[in-house]
Amino acid sequence: MTAIDGEPRIYPFTAEQLRLDPLYAHLRKEEPLTRVRLPFGEDAWLATRHVDARVVLGDARFSRALSVGRDEPRTRPEQGNGGILSMDPPDHTRIRRLATKAFTMRRVELLRPRAQEIADGLADEMLAGGSRADLVEQFALPLPITVICELLGVPVEDREHFRVWSDAFLSTTSLTLEQVMEYKGKLWQYMGGLIEQRRVEPTDDLIGALVLARDEQDVLSEDELISLTVGLLVAGHETTATQIPNFVYVLLNHPDQLAWLRERPEQVAQAVEELMRYVPLGTAAAFPRYAKEDIEVGGVLVRAGEPVLVAVASANRDESVFEDPDELRLARSTNPHIGFGHGVHHCLGAPLARLELQVALGTLLGRFPDLRFAVPQEQLRWKRGMLVRGLESLPIEW
Amino acid sequence: MSEGRWQVGVDHGACIGSGICAGTAPAYFRIDAGKSYPVAELIDSDEVVLDAADSCPMEAILVKDASSGAVLAPEA
Repeated sequence: MTAIDGEPRIYPFTAEQLRLDPLYAHLRKEEPLTRVRLPFGEDAWLATRHVDARVVLGDARFSRALSVGRDEPRTRPEQGNGGILSMDPPDHTRIRRLATKAFTMRRVELLRPRAQEIADGLADEMLAGGSRADLVEQFALPLPITVICELLGVPVEDREHFRVWSDAFLSTTSLTLEQVMEYKGKLWQYMGGLIEQRRVEPTDDLIGALVLARDEQDVLSEDELISLTVGLLVAGHETTATQIPNFVYVLLNHPDQLAWLRERPEQVAQAVEELMRYVPLGTAAAFPRYAKEDIEVGGVLVRAGEPVLVAVASANRDESVFEDPDELRLARSTNPHIGFGHGVHHCLGAPLARLELQVALGTLLGRFPDLRFAVPQEQLRWKRGMLVRGLESLPIEW
Repeated sequence: MSEGRWQVGVDHGACIGSGICAGTAPAYFRIDAGKSYPVAELIDSDEVVLDAADSCPMEAILVKDASSGAVLAPEA
């Protein structure tokens, strides 16, 4: 048992581009559970090792529901209603189960031909437009947006509206608190409208199915219904749209690995797993878990009621689990990364995200044999004040 | 709903160790070296096991009625 004296560390640590602060490696070695102070909310423990991360995320003695009513440690001013991410079983299970079936690997695999068709169409347009494009605007955003819109039943032509509103859910400081509230309200209202439409005219898309679950079986409340569908739309495209350019950026900076994958396109699924491990998508650990009872984690006794944050990106670089963890090795065959989380809140859309990332990389490598940055890397614009790291735009040429 | 004894199995070819089942039904599943294992293969009926099986993104958990062999989860 280690007693930790002194002041908590100021958190988040640095998160420039896709670089992971070396302090994480130090903490994994010397202080696997450390005290941190965030811009907002109470102080917390921060877990940095893979083994501890899995306990905090996976053990039912840790709770997300207990964060409600507490001053949750966080990087943004508002403590939003996290929807199912702020629930524990059995409430969490009751609501999540309604959407799970649409996102099992088996069901998602049926969408592969359509996702490929969308990706091919986007590649065609880029090629027809000349020898240069913005990967974010012309490929990375429209691919997942189109897929999730078709799955949910959201008109894809409304994209320009909800894209702006969606950012409110990922903003830490990029938007003002007023903007965040306004945009969240607008998306909430927009989704309420789509739900009402289905009460007049039922549809066989996912929103339609969820409306039936509410109206005919009373499985969830109206607020839960709107919160779930908004969550599916936002989470259903923002992260994938951010990861596609991140992956391309990393591959262009690892020409040997890119060449390896070009020679072995059939290994794209394995490559996606390694990129998921390697790329620290989040700018900081978020969504702390509260201990329901005293639990020892990483040699520290976490007291009942204390919040613990999990540094997923650090766990994915844990040297006791991954050989040469700071190296990108697409050939890694055993890869127990937790890039999609762990436990009951393990990403609901993981099978769809995997499929889209595989299709995206496969298409880009297949259709653009001479893909490269179109501007010097120093000129790339990175997102600021967001929960995720990513590029505002990625000018590429071929 | 089938009462009585149920048989629980995890297909390790499909399991990705997401930890969803062990978080949903900790009395019935545990994660070891990145794979899920049923705590017992034969159990008294308990709805939460069906919840866990239906929450698996890989549909790796099979729950059957022990006497009839009827599949209770995952849902078709």
